[in-house]
Amino acid sequence: MEERRITVTVNGEPRTVEIEPRLLLAHLLRQGLGLTGTHIGCDTTNCGACTVLYDGRPVKSCTMLAVQADGHEVTTVEGLGTPSELDPVQEGFTTEHGLQCGFCTPGMMMAAKALITENPNPTEEDVRWGLSGNLCRCTGYQNIVKAVLWAAEKQRAASAAASTDVTV
Amino acid sequence: MYPSRFRYEAPRSLGEAFALLAEHGDEAKVLAGGQSLIPLVKLRFAAPAMLVDINGIPELAYHREDADGSLRIGALCRHADLERSPLLPGNHPTMAAAAPLVADPIVRTRGTLVGSLCHADPQGDWASVMLALNGEIIAQGPNGRRTIPAVDFVVGPFQNALHPGEIAVEARVPAARGTVSGSYLKLERRVGDFATAGVAVAIESVGGQVIRAGIGLTGVGAGNIKAVEAEQSLVGYTLDPDVIARAAELAAGAARPKTDHRGSAEYKRHVVATFVRRALSGYRAPVAA
Amino acid sequence: MSQALDEVKIGGLGASRQRVEDARFIRGRGNYVDDIVLPGMLHMEILRSPLAHARIKSIDTSKAWAIPGVRLVLTGEMAAQRNLAWMPTLSYDTQAVLATDKVRFQGQEVACVVADDPYIARDGVEAIVVEYEPLPPIVNPVQALAPDAPLIRDDKEGQTDNVCYRWEVGDAEATERAFAEADVVSKLKLHYPRSHPSPIECCGSVADYNSATGKLTVYMTTQAPHIIRAAVALVAELPEHMIRIISPDIGGGFGNKVPVYPGYVCSILCSILTGRPVKWIEDKTGNLVSTGFGRDMYLTGEMALRADGKILAVRFHADTDQGAFFSDAQPSKFKVGLLHSAFACYDVPHGHITAQGTYTNKAPGGVAYRCSFRVTEAMFFQERMVQAAADDLGMDQAEFRRINLREDDSFPARTPFGFLVDSGQYAKCLQMGLDAIGYEDFKREQAEARKRGRYLGIGISTMTEPLGAGNSREYDILGIKMFDSAELRVHPTGKAILRTGAKTQGQGHETTWAQIVSHELGIPADDIVVEEGDTDHAPFGMGTYASRSTPVAGAAVSMVSRKIRAKARKLAAHLLEVSEEDVEWELGRFYVRGAQSRGVTIQECAMAAYTNMPDGMEPGLENNAYYDPPNLTWPFACYIATVEIDPETGVWDVLRLVAVDDCGVRINPMVVEGQITGGLTEAYAMSNMQFQTYDAEGNIVGGNYMDYLLPTAWETPGFELHEVVTPCPHHPIGAKGVGECAAVGGPAAFVNAVMNAIGHTGVRNIDMPLLPDRVWDAIRTGKDISGAPPFRNA
Repeated sequence: MEERRITVTVNGEPRTVEIEPRLLLAHLLRQGLGLTGTHIGCDTTNCGACTVLYDGRPVKSCTMLAVQADGHEVTTVEGLGTPSELDPVQEGFTTEHGLQCGFCTPGMMMAAKALITENPNPTEEDVRWGLSGNLCRCTGYQNIVKAVLWAAEKQRAASAAASTDVTV
Repeated sequence: MYPSRFRYEAPRSLGEAFALLAEHGDEAKVLAGGQSLIPLVKLRFAAPAMLVDINGIPELAYHREDADGSLRIGALCRHADLERSPLLPGNHPTMAAAAPLVADPIVRTRGTLVGSLCHADPQGDWASVMLALNGEIIAQGPNGRRTIPAVDFVVGPFQNALHPGEIAVEARVPAARGTVSGSYLKLERRVGDFATAGVAVAIESVGGQVIRAGIGLTGVGAGNIKAVEAEQSLVGYTLDPDVIARAAELAAGAARPKTDHRGSAEYKRHVVATFVRRALSGYRAPVAA
Repeated sequence: MSQALDEVKIGGLGASRQRVEDARFIRGRGNYVDDIVLPGMLHMEILRSPLAHARIKSIDTSKAWAIPGVRLVLTGEMAAQRNLAWMPTLSYDTQAVLATDKVRFQGQEVACVVADDPYIARDGVEAIVVEYEPLPPIVNPVQALAPDAPLIRDDKEGQTDNVCYRWEVGDAEATERAFAEADVVSKLKLHYPRSHPSPIECCGSVADYNSATGKLTVYMTTQAPHIIRAAVALVAELPEHMIRIISPDIGGGFGNKVPVYPGYVCSILCSILTGRPVKWIEDKTGNLVSTGFGRDMYLTGEMALRADGKILAVRFHADTDQGAFFSDAQPSKFKVGLLHSAFACYDVPHGHITAQGTYTNKAPGGVAYRCSFRVTEAMFFQERMVQAAADDLGMDQAEFRRINLREDDSFPARTPFGFLVDSGQYAKCLQMGLDAIGYEDFKREQAEARKRGRYLGIGISTMTEPLGAGNSREYDILGIKMFDSAELRVHPTGKAILRTGAKTQGQGHETTWAQIVSHELGIPADDIVVEEGDTDHAPFGMGTYASRSTPVAGAAVSMVSRKIRAKARKLAAHLLEVSEEDVEWELGRFYVRGAQSRGVTIQECAMAAYTNMPDGMEPGLENNAYYDPPNLTWPFACYIATVEIDPETGVWDVLRLVAVDDCGVRINPMVVEGQITGGLTEAYAMSNMQFQTYDAEGNIVGGNYMDYLLPTAWETPGFELHEVVTPCPHHPIGAKGVGECAAVGGPAAFVNAVMNAIGHTGVRNIDMPLLPDRVWDAIRTGKDISGAPPFRNA
């Protein structure tokens, strides 16, 4: 069996593993690295539960090979925020009740993180459009949209405060 | 959800890639964005013995407009790059309309236009756009490059015209003349669905008179369809209602839809006519039609 | 002066308290079944039938066995040696675990492979060669009942046709008399399509049989772990005390995770056979093609009407397509579930219902998808019938409802089918909805728009449904009565742990149960931890589905808290040195009557329970409660949708959706509203895009997310929520069920709106989902559109 040694920077930490080329990135994260926050919800690249950031851009990790991440950076839900401080997206999801069973939530939050990073001031329509590659069965999306708008506002406030600090 | 075994190489240059393809022949398949190929491999509908991953060849990641106004799209240009491109909205309205309607936002960050053309899914969106725009695919192999018109590129469902050992390195949209207009209208039941029916329309006109027209159809045949008679019916005319109605009817006649769970054949044909009429009438669809 | 705590501040009843379970979910630290890893664990994958109906001629597993890393290949024949090739269903039928004789639906489990990792297990599945002899497939009840139809269940002794059950309720003669007196008889016929609950997380289990101790531990995606323990004991013939079922975090259930599936049983058997833990994680296709669906019912009925709009009687017949096995996971003694809850919100004097179930070559089981066992079909048919009747009478649809809805002073009221409806303010809810949507203004706008060729429509759905199975008279599973339970342990420092027999799958029990305790005892909700799902820890209960948790387990939480409070009162009297009769309660403390400042807190009582109890009192402050509800709860809802149709394409968009829900007292308004928006989205999905069907060969259409369409944030409309509160008269805190209301009552609002928009065409019905081509076809032809399978395919 042909195994490869790859090094992937996951949540800022380089991880070296031996893998088969056929291993999907989602399985590397979950089984190989024990980062079970990334979930798998379908077989057809539709549900988005497995969304992670790959070099900063959102991808469905069930639709990439782990070997393709060699030399790249992957951010999973475990890399959002710090143990002591939540990312605004995480805070938004709990504040606005943007999750119920929690299964789609990591993928949804990673998609949301990418969305508000690219567009810090999205409209409701932008959010609905930007999250349309991720499925949720519990919430009806209404509170997810609110959560992302909440997070965007918080992030804007934080960066405004940061830039004020610099200029003063 | 668990692919069969395959070998994997990630060449760092086109030269290396050609060498690998030459060495492994029919067994090898090129992996670009992977948003169609990897799902097939996961479901074991496809079981290539070897994948040649071209994502490590940075010179393929581009799209640019040449001085003459033609558009070149490299094999690693992602759908999302096109969706966000400042080059498209003005001069390439059909491309601009289609880019946000391919798959879903996450898939678009990874999937590529050229890969989508190579995959040759009869329900793919980009092939209709390329047919409407008289696009071309640049195939490169160890012995050089050749240009394949979009209309000749797809030879059957999931089959393209590449020779063994060749890689589709670029898609090219020729420069338009005169005033450009056009759109891509797609009837999909939800984001990420394949088109029930889709219509790409590209019009070049001078003084209100059409000098070139392109119409491509999605999801209404064994492959994407170039509605040639409908295109020709427009040339030399101004887009008044009668001319538009005739083109719509001809386009619907060119469609070869089948009844399935996305709709009856009759319905799809009707949608083709409606969308051609709307596209020619300057109907602007909301961001998702 | 009162020193009672502020209930909302401590997270009691009515507080929109942030959810405690979120802390782990937003950090990716949930613990779902696929996250569980045990030492030495193997992985199981299932081989499924590609054919809908075929005899199995041979199964060759030799190539699979030869793959390095494959540890076990299990066939039906091997399962039969353990008496496990078949298992009983919750509807007193049998279901194949692994096919031995025939396959009876596409996707049926045929064999499974256990290997070191799931990739190798899948390699093994691919290497199994099965030879089939195809048989004619049956995909609807008409085919099933044809005289020459092949017998699907030739395994069942005495079964000579494809009929699975027959059932009726009501008074046929009285109903007939009422019809004879009717001025107008309104008729309707429709098919409620097969739909799948489709939680994002599929089913799965990790079975760990310890041959040294004989103990079987199974982590599994189940909404009802205690019942599963009983079922496993029966099926696997293991002693119940040696079985531990752990339901970890569940990624959505919606009824899909109530039944016992072959995959669970196989993983257990494989663990027993290999002596190692075996994990089975279903893929999406497996989930969609083989596990509990919902609906698939054909309804034909009529309504007897007086010219002034009064309903005199209703009667209807339902044909249900059960699939290959009768494995409805429904606990009522009624074969067709609670279908006869139809028309409960209307004052209908007489009614008669007949129903018949048939076997077909389709996936079996389930039937409860975000609903109490067929109430969805009941309420949909009711509200479509009501609209048809209003149209036939030429009467405004709101006015027709006003005439027939039960009045506030009519409760309790017995329906012609035997239910006791106990509370509600129906007219108020309807009016609130009409005001919110601006009913009269919209009708004017609609008429104006019609003149300009635009198709606007408005649809109303009003309904009450029976939630909270059950009462033990009429509801049981495997004979076990439908109660639920709670156990509360208050620790010396006044912190507490609560366990119930329910199992949250997103409903937020960890948050809301604590709020009930907080309401009853004044212990801050943050001081209470809630645990569910481990049968070795939690008290026996019947699980979470059918919106029963709040009505039953929630009531048990109240009752156990009151038992604790009763003991705390004795402790307070002891501490305050007064007699118990002189002790008064206010939230969080007891005080001496007439001397309110002299008191002790609940926490002080808790400490005393361990340190300073009166003579003769047992130490400790722990108790449990089993609650058997006296009746179901009857929430009411009014949903009003407005839509616009593009007549050229048949595409329709929701303009607005107004929801007025009366689910009694709301424990956590934020959580309740989340349940409603979730339910409305599923209602929209069913009306617009989400369904499963079969072609003439028995191939499923809708067996993956490319074909089984679930709406995204983009298509899903925004929802406007309103509330009315009519407390449940028998529930300890006045709460009613809510989780399913919007999914049950919602579809008719959307469909009625579309039908209203094309009312001028004379079309009476388009079957769900209202696909663009169906709507276009209806407008074009003026004819009703049936969606019944077999589905057309080129």
